[in-house]
Amino acid sequence: MAAQKLPLAKALNESLRKALETDPKVLIMGEDVGKLGGVFRITDGLQKDFGEDRVIDTPLAESGIVGTAIGLALRGYRPVVEIQFDGFVFPAYDQIVTQLAKMHARALGKIKLPVVVRIPYGGGIGAVEHHSESPEALFAHVAGLKVVSPSNASDAYWMLQQAIQSDDPVIFFEPKRRYWDKGEVDTEAIPGPLHTARVAREGADLTLAAYGPMVKVCLEAAAAAQEEGKSIEVVDLRSMSPIDFDTIQTSVEKTRRLVVVHEAPVFYGSGAEVAARITERCFYHLEAPVLRVGGFHAPYPPARLEEEYLPGLDRVLDAVDRSLAY
Amino acid sequence: MTVESTAARKPRRSSKRASAAGKPQSSEPQLVQLLTPEGVRVEHPEYAIDLSADELRGLYRDMVLTRRFDGEATALQRQGELGLWASLLGQEAAQIGSGRALRDDDYVFPTYREHGVAWCRGVDPTNLLGMFRGVNHGGWDPSTNNFHLYTIVIGSQTLHATGYAMGVAKDGADSAVIAYFGDGASSQGDVAESFTFSAVYNAPVVFFCQNNQWAISEPTEKQTRVPLYQRAQGFGFPGVRVDGNDVLACLAVTRSALERARRGEGPTLVEAFTYRMGAHTTSDDPTKYRHDDERQAWEAKDPIQRLRTYLENEGHADAAFFTALDEESDALAKRVREAVRAMPDPEDMAMFDHIYADGHALVDEERAEFAAYQASFAEEGK
Ligand SMILES: Cc1ncc(C[n+]2csc(CCOP(=O)(O)OP(=O)(O)O)c2C)c(N)n1
Repeated sequence: MAAQKLPLAKALNESLRKALETDPKVLIMGEDVGKLGGVFRITDGLQKDFGEDRVIDTPLAESGIVGTAIGLALRGYRPVVEIQFDGFVFPAYDQIVTQLAKMHARALGKIKLPVVVRIPYGGGIGAVEHHSESPEALFAHVAGLKVVSPSNASDAYWMLQQAIQSDDPVIFFEPKRRYWDKGEVDTEAIPGPLHTARVAREGADLTLAAYGPMVKVCLEAAAAAQEEGKSIEVVDLRSMSPIDFDTIQTSVEKTRRLVVVHEAPVFYGSGAEVAARITERCFYHLEAPVLRVGGFHAPYPPARLEEEYLPGLDRVLDAVDRSLAY
Repeated sequence: MTVESTAARKPRRSSKRASAAGKPQSSEPQLVQLLTPEGVRVEHPEYAIDLSADELRGLYRDMVLTRRFDGEATALQRQGELGLWASLLGQEAAQIGSGRALRDDDYVFPTYREHGVAWCRGVDPTNLLGMFRGVNHGGWDPSTNNFHLYTIVIGSQTLHATGYAMGVAKDGADSAVIAYFGDGASSQGDVAESFTFSAVYNAPVVFFCQNNQWAISEPTEKQTRVPLYQRAQGFGFPGVRVDGNDVLACLAVTRSALERARRGEGPTLVEAFTYRMGAHTTSDDPTKYRHDDERQAWEAKDPIQRLRTYLENEGHADAAFFTALDEESDALAKRVREAVRAMPDPEDMAMFDHIYADGHALVDEERAEFAAYQASFAEEGK
């Protein structure tokens, strides 16, 4: 397989397959990851081909999944665990924050914890409660964790490879409403570093910074703005911890305006971090305050309201207009 | 009505109180015991053990040195050299018995109180003091002695032990893993989840619960309505209660559980029934919740004294042995005291070290900023 068009979900599946093939220490663990292939089928067929010893159906206990993955990593394995949905990571949050994130430092670097926690996240699929959340800031805030999110099939394939190869714990957020979006995946390409941002579209008048599911929305917004004669650059952050501020800075020094877009609530969100740092770095370049577009300080609403809650084309374009009006 | 007055009127564990609480009759089951509190050797049909005089003296020496180390650490805390200390006073037999049952290739997941087990693993006791002095959060390399870092969040390590044991089984190795935790921690979800995982995957792990009767001020009755060792049954593996003040029984029972794990027969829960003679930590005030009678009753079951009585009665140790051991204890205490006082504070920049194995741009940036900030003082001084 070289370059081909794959849905993001299938790209992840191929990525896991490759990891299992390449390194006998890689294990997949989670609820329903075996015969069913996961509720989103990301692990489809892997247990059949690699056996129950490598692709492990676990008891329904999230703390247990992450806690035992830590033990397996201490024994030299590289577990990739699947949390079934964003809202169900919290029983494991203690293990992730108090154990997984800190153990390397507590051992003064003598032990490594190459654990990947995969979390399908975000809304837009009309799901019930606890199935549409964006808790990435809660993890990015914790030293010792790395947090990434691909926005397209190629990144899904490569970033997951890189996350598995990393000796650090990586929280890997999968934009679930993009699972079925197809994109070109070149499995022989040489990928860029895991934590670099990517300019997804060049533009001159304003920078939109986004990651995961919102990159597509921002690209659509940029295309719509083009019709009105506005030239919008879109930066795909790809990594929320660390954040590649250099790439954003370069873009903002060119466009002089920045709008950060994400699904998670704006309040204390990753947009605040980007806005603050870019304001520090680019104060004299900015023509307008950095604006943020995102979710509200409200529980994720019932599915019939999620269209209003999620930043769509119009809310992004409204922020673009407000920025350009300064 | 104060807790103390209640305790004064009736002993905490009286049968009256137990039945009033609706506890089952079997709440005080037989302990596996090989050495009575009076120092008399007794046999148990399942747990035979035959130790040479040399080995018996070795166990005694371990317990005495561990107690002395622990006492010295308590003193160092009182002298302001340590920020906190969690004493194991009274739990020496549980820790030395189980610790000496381990093979070098076995792996230990301790709480924050397993100083005796660390001793058995050959961890330099001064290494244990770094976190209590505040110079690190652990600091030793767990793989050197197969002794994991102390874990403060109660119960978390039982899952790490289970995962590690799953890995041992995958590797086809015949080592075993032991997870220590307390009666209080037994209420944590992680402990229940570790029971589930270890049973489902038949992991070679021994759960060693030191039931020292208290979790800070909370008695075991606040954790469970059944004797702790009986919990195992519901998860599908055996549980056994051992006299935690009897080093021989702890050794025999742990050894048997480890062998079972090695044979591929899965986990065992060992409940070492013992007593925390001191405070929970040096910050605790047990007079607020615990009656002195209770401690006195347990002092009569002291793990060290009973082995001493046995050694003396059997002629396994002479006065010279005890004198030499006293001297060794003094030397250990002196070494520990000096080592603690000499422990350097970490460098300022150390807080940026080892956060990530593969580096992190923000850490690099903040390290550089902080270094520049610190350097600005040096320049001012010039
Ligand atoms: C999750 C969590 N909650 C609370 C604490 C605070 N704490 C530290 S030790 C302790 C009591 C533990 O009792 P037990 O498990 O019986 O062990 P012991 O200290 O008696 O050996 C508590 C409540 C903690 N460390 N972790």
